[in-house]
Amino acid sequence: MAPAKGLGRHYRDGNMNFELLFQLLLNGLIVGTLYGVVAMCFVLIYKSTQIVNFAQGEFLLIGAWVCYAFLVEMHMPFWLGFLFTLLFMMAFGIVLQMVVLRPMIGEPIISVIMVTIGLSIFFQAATKWIFGATTATYPQVFETRSVNLLGMQIETAYIMSFVISLFIMAGFYWFFKYSKLGLAMRATAFDQQVAQSLGISVKTVFAMSWAISALVSGVAGIVIGMVNGVSSALSVIGIKVFPAVILGGLDSIIGAIVGGVIIGLLENTAEFVDGQYLHWGNLFSIAPFYVLIIILCIKPYGLFGTKDIERI
Amino acid sequence: MAGFSIRPCGDFRTTYRQDTRIFDTTYIRNAAILGIFAVAMIPFVLDGYYVNLFIQISYFAIAALGLNILVGFTGQISLGHAAFFGFGAFASAWINNTTGIPVLLSIPLAGLMTAAVGMLFGLPAARIKGLYLAIATLAAQFILEDFFARAEWFTGGSYGAAANPVNVFGYEVLDDFSFFYVCLFFLVVMYLLGTNLMRTRDGRAFVAVRDHYLSAEIMGINLTKYRLMSFAISSFYAGVGGAMYGHYLGFVSAEGFTILLSIQFLGMIIIGGLGSVKGTLMGTVFMVLLPEVMETGVSALSVFEWANSTAVTDGLAYIKEMAIGLAIILFLIFEPDGLAHRWQQIRAYWKLYPFSY
Repeated sequence: MAPAKGLGRHYRDGNMNFELLFQLLLNGLIVGTLYGVVAMCFVLIYKSTQIVNFAQGEFLLIGAWVCYAFLVEMHMPFWLGFLFTLLFMMAFGIVLQMVVLRPMIGEPIISVIMVTIGLSIFFQAATKWIFGATTATYPQVFETRSVNLLGMQIETAYIMSFVISLFIMAGFYWFFKYSKLGLAMRATAFDQQVAQSLGISVKTVFAMSWAISALVSGVAGIVIGMVNGVSSALSVIGIKVFPAVILGGLDSIIGAIVGGVIIGLLENTAEFVDGQYLHWGNLFSIAPFYVLIIILCIKPYGLFGTKDIERI
Repeated sequence: MAGFSIRPCGDFRTTYRQDTRIFDTTYIRNAAILGIFAVAMIPFVLDGYYVNLFIQISYFAIAALGLNILVGFTGQISLGHAAFFGFGAFASAWINNTTGIPVLLSIPLAGLMTAAVGMLFGLPAARIKGLYLAIATLAAQFILEDFFARAEWFTGGSYGAAANPVNVFGYEVLDDFSFFYVCLFFLVVMYLLGTNLMRTRDGRAFVAVRDHYLSAEIMGINLTKYRLMSFAISSFYAGVGGAMYGHYLGFVSAEGFTILLSIQFLGMIIIGGLGSVKGTLMGTVFMVLLPEVMETGVSALSVFEWANSTAVTDGLAYIKEMAIGLAIILFLIFEPDGLAHRWQQIRAYWKLYPFSY
């Protein structure tokens, strides 16, 4: 394309592009808060049990499929199916921690990482086997598909996902600030031995952090499933979480949210730049990983993470 | 391998040279040579199916040894090994197609090219370690996968690249029967090199970096240099393995080198035993045979009504994947030292057979 022609077309479409950019940024914010929620679950597990959970995406997948099974195959009303899914995810998290992760305490980091990777491929294959590899959609929950907000059409499901995400974040804030279990978890994350000597059951805390993480990830899975349909592509979120948490700092819950939003915005900006100027095709899916490498080289502990100092 | 085996009574070492021999005892050396000869007989005794399995085992085993040098010996975690394996496959096909360098030579050249790429992605390893490095290599996996789909001059894009068959001094290796010996040659050479590496200063430096990197640095080991070197050697092995894979199939497609293959490589070395050359081979054999055994198992079970249902037959691919995940988890929980350790225990048991306790 000749530069003059390109410039002319660009000038003519100036207004359109701006609107598209705005739409994409809004989209990025909504997707970003969802990333933030999943990243928060990831950080929760890392902070309290020192385990890097590569199977976080599979939690979303399992939550979404279980809810789908309750709603579509057992014909439950939405609230009941949702409630049962939450209970299931909680039990699932506890059992997983007790059976698989508890024997791994004190093992070298490579073993712990590999166990969660093993879980990830196991569950991914298992869900594909049980529920099939095709995309399934939930029954319609809202009557209106989209609403008009500030002159833009936004899908109701998107607004719902944004609201739920904010609600979960507020819930986390309350939980860690005021509830007894939340305080116990913070104490354990700070120093396990001190927490134990104060009468906190570290076993319970470990199990509960997996339970909460699985539960909240399951909710995120259902929300994304409502917007995009349920398929094994959901587990990709579990990989997208890594750029978010590294950007925010691995052990910072605030960092996870900030990182998630930034990655969501970045993805959509990359899509805009790609679609308008570069035409590479799939820049948006790969851009977070370039950012990840750059951050690891410049500032490996992220924006809010604590730098570990090692002594001999 | 030194230091692992049980020596017969009266076999003392009097020099350092004896202490660092590749094969601990004469018996083990003879057994290894006999073993190679026995394997070389396979195409004459068994049919094509087993020859094909051996070829698969050999190229995966070479790549897995590279990963074990990185993960098991140097303690750097890599989740992007399949991408380097794939890069080697494309590089060898590209070198051979564009310059006409014979395939036998382009395979090690592809290894060198992959080593350069591996060093590039190993650069973050100069600053980060453990978990952060694992995530950085995960990013490398996705970036390289994206590169394979995009770089049409190099990989043929979504169409893939054609790879010529191996040509040994004018003789075209077209069938499995002759390719088997090419594989055997590369396998033996690469494993001898790998074992030998561990007796050198560099090999010992790797182990020191793994065991305690701060102490290693204080003892005068240049951490950055050895971490990068480990990445380079590991990628070299991956590249050679990948190149053999490409020339065996005759066609390289960008879809084959996903994160799942990376995980399978890690599974091989964990099941075999981290930091064990012999274990790498065992783990690869296990990982390659596992799906085959599953398939045989399922077809053997099909005499029963329930196992004949479509759920089982259609889900076979998923059952295989689940088996891989399950094998990794179970090994980590019940036998974290891998098959090499188990083999050592079996040998110790039979050595003292009637009187062992």
